[in-house]
Amino acid sequence: MVVWCPDWPVMGPQEGLPAGTAVAVFDHGVVLACNPSARADGVRRGMRRRDAQSRCPHLVVADHRPEADARTFEDVLVAIEGLSPGVAPLRPGLCALRVPGRKFYGGEAEAAAVIAERLVDLGVWDVRLGVADGLFAADRAARRALAQDVLIVPPGEAAAFLADLPIEALEAPDLVSLLRRMGLTTLGAFARLSPADVHTRFGSHGALLHRYARGLDPHPISRRTVPPELTAVLALEPPLDNAESVAFSLRTTAERFVADLAAHGLVCTTVRIEVDSVPHCANQASQREVPPGVLAGTRSWVHPRWFGATDLIDRVRWQLSAGVTGAVDAVRLIPDVVEPLSDHADSLFGGTPSDRVVRGIARVQGMVGHEGVLAVGVQGGRGPADRTLASPWGEQPGAVRPADRPWPGRIPAPAPATVFTRPSEAMVVGAEGQPVMVTGRGAVSCPPERFRSSSNAPWQRVASWAGPWPIEELWWDDAMAARRIARFQVVGVDGSAWLMVIENGRWFTEAKYD
Amino acid sequence: MEGRPAAQPVHTHPALNGLLQMQTGATYGVTAASLAALLMAGPSSEGAWCAVVGTDELGVEAAAMVGVDLNRVVMVPNPGEPWLEVVAALADVLGVVVVRPPVGQASPKDVSRLSARLRTRGSILVVWGEWPRCDARLGLTDVEWHGAGWGHGHLAARQATVQVSRGTAPAVHRRLWLPDVALGVRPAEVVSLRSIS
Repeated sequence: MVVWCPDWPVMGPQEGLPAGTAVAVFDHGVVLACNPSARADGVRRGMRRRDAQSRCPHLVVADHRPEADARTFEDVLVAIEGLSPGVAPLRPGLCALRVPGRKFYGGEAEAAAVIAERLVDLGVWDVRLGVADGLFAADRAARRALAQDVLIVPPGEAAAFLADLPIEALEAPDLVSLLRRMGLTTLGAFARLSPADVHTRFGSHGALLHRYARGLDPHPISRRTVPPELTAVLALEPPLDNAESVAFSLRTTAERFVADLAAHGLVCTTVRIEVDSVPHCANQASQREVPPGVLAGTRSWVHPRWFGATDLIDRVRWQLSAGVTGAVDAVRLIPDVVEPLSDHADSLFGGTPSDRVVRGIARVQGMVGHEGVLAVGVQGGRGPADRTLASPWGEQPGAVRPADRPWPGRIPAPAPATVFTRPSEAMVVGAEGQPVMVTGRGAVSCPPERFRSSSNAPWQRVASWAGPWPIEELWWDDAMAARRIARFQVVGVDGSAWLMVIENGRWFTEAKYD
Repeated sequence: MEGRPAAQPVHTHPALNGLLQMQTGATYGVTAASLAALLMAGPSSEGAWCAVVGTDELGVEAAAMVGVDLNRVVMVPNPGEPWLEVVAALADVLGVVVVRPPVGQASPKDVSRLSARLRTRGSILVVWGEWPRCDARLGLTDVEWHGAGWGHGHLAARQATVQVSRGTAPAVHRRLWLPDVALGVRPAEVVSLRSIS
């Protein structure tokens, strides 16, 4: 039996949009999947973005995210596994299983109806099932079924069912085009060729497809093993108020969590911590009958290497001290991302921070908070502050601008040694004391003669200056982000060099070359 | 730790050869961010970890150009009230700690306790700002930028005299390219200032 949910990649992007919105998912600039409304407007698979948008201007364009598809399909797999064990996922949107319990459900059609009903309950409206002797025939049968319905090919009739299908059903474009030119337009015509001839002419892949066309399926369904339950839960009875005592009670749970993962040869690099708490008032009102806790906080934590038991306890402590009100009822450790242990084994010559350094930095994080300790790097950007990349120690930085692109308008090396986080207001004037301005075309109104680097710094004469480097950033964005600025390098007679920027006629000091 | 010599030499940036040999457990005062980066660069290139406490104004790109490995740098921009404890905790495990102390908050008593801790842990403190007691103080004088004209060119290279003073001894000087046009740091060939004075 094959369960097919058509247009699965579109399911994620179209969630939350009004019904009837045309949505298409693009991969490398061509349509990978689209929903029925888009198809009604003429959008087809393999179409380029520009063509698709010209046929359907209101098309909602989404990028293909294979991981997200697989993750959402996981819910479907779990639902089917609840009815019958041993589901073989073929790809997101398509899975196969043996027809479950003929005696239990009363037949193939009834079993299919139960599965379809379960998936419709889950919110998957368009589900089609096919039942046949082999995987290929069942897959083809599912394609021909109606929505929320099943097409059953009786035992022994797979070859007859397949014989009428067009040759394109093989889904091997090169071979199909050749067979079409040879005058073979249906699977039946292909199946009538002698297997030995097909093998001689088309090789083993052709022979395999020929077996499919004859209704023989060499591949039995390989069932997936049900993923192990790795979430660790600490239930606290009675609920605890104090973050320290929760952290203390958590030790065994955290150690078990890490050991369970290690037993599967895995380590956890991203963990989600959920905390349930009981509000104070409810706790005092009825001592005997404690109401069940409500979810008080959830947060994902990322680790640069992997989580050990002490790391987990630290994260729980930080999360609790960051603001969970009420007494803690339960703590759940949910592994969000797990990776094979072998990818993270210590290399012979190091390369990862030593345990001593990691522990020491974790101690400082305990003093100043998780966001207080930063890992730094260089990223792309035009201003010196834009080029600094700082992310909390232990988290992978989010959107990083690549530094190896040209970044037109940026100041040439060397980089300033002091970069002011808050640019201070400066003044730059010409020979007659008039403020220096920059026109819209990047021309300087008069050469700068005197300047001061901040409002309380003394005035000094300009020894040399360079610029302007005009920049018009995000001009298409009407909101705050749009900026028109010009940068200057100004050297004073005392040898100090400054990076100054003019925006709307006001001067600021961005950095100092000291 | 008993048995360990009080101070061991640490790899120092080659441009400072003969001017300053950094040692474990020592405290160095600097007046400019580029000098702090220059002091970090030597140990960092040998694999030491560095921390920058009390400021987020150190230009990381400039530091990387001098030779600091940013993968082994952590920053604590706002340590708040317990900044001295943060410095001490970092000095326990990291090779170099650069600190920009809040003005007038380092009492001589705290400083001597911190330097005792530095000596036992074999770590180096680089102070960017005021500090009561330093093994050596580094400053920049006679700064001269090259490359920028009158509305043309751009800053490309700098010559400056690095001045190292230890206690009451007379200061030693050297003219350095900091940086030169190839973004390296090297001594500039000029007449020795000592022979002039």
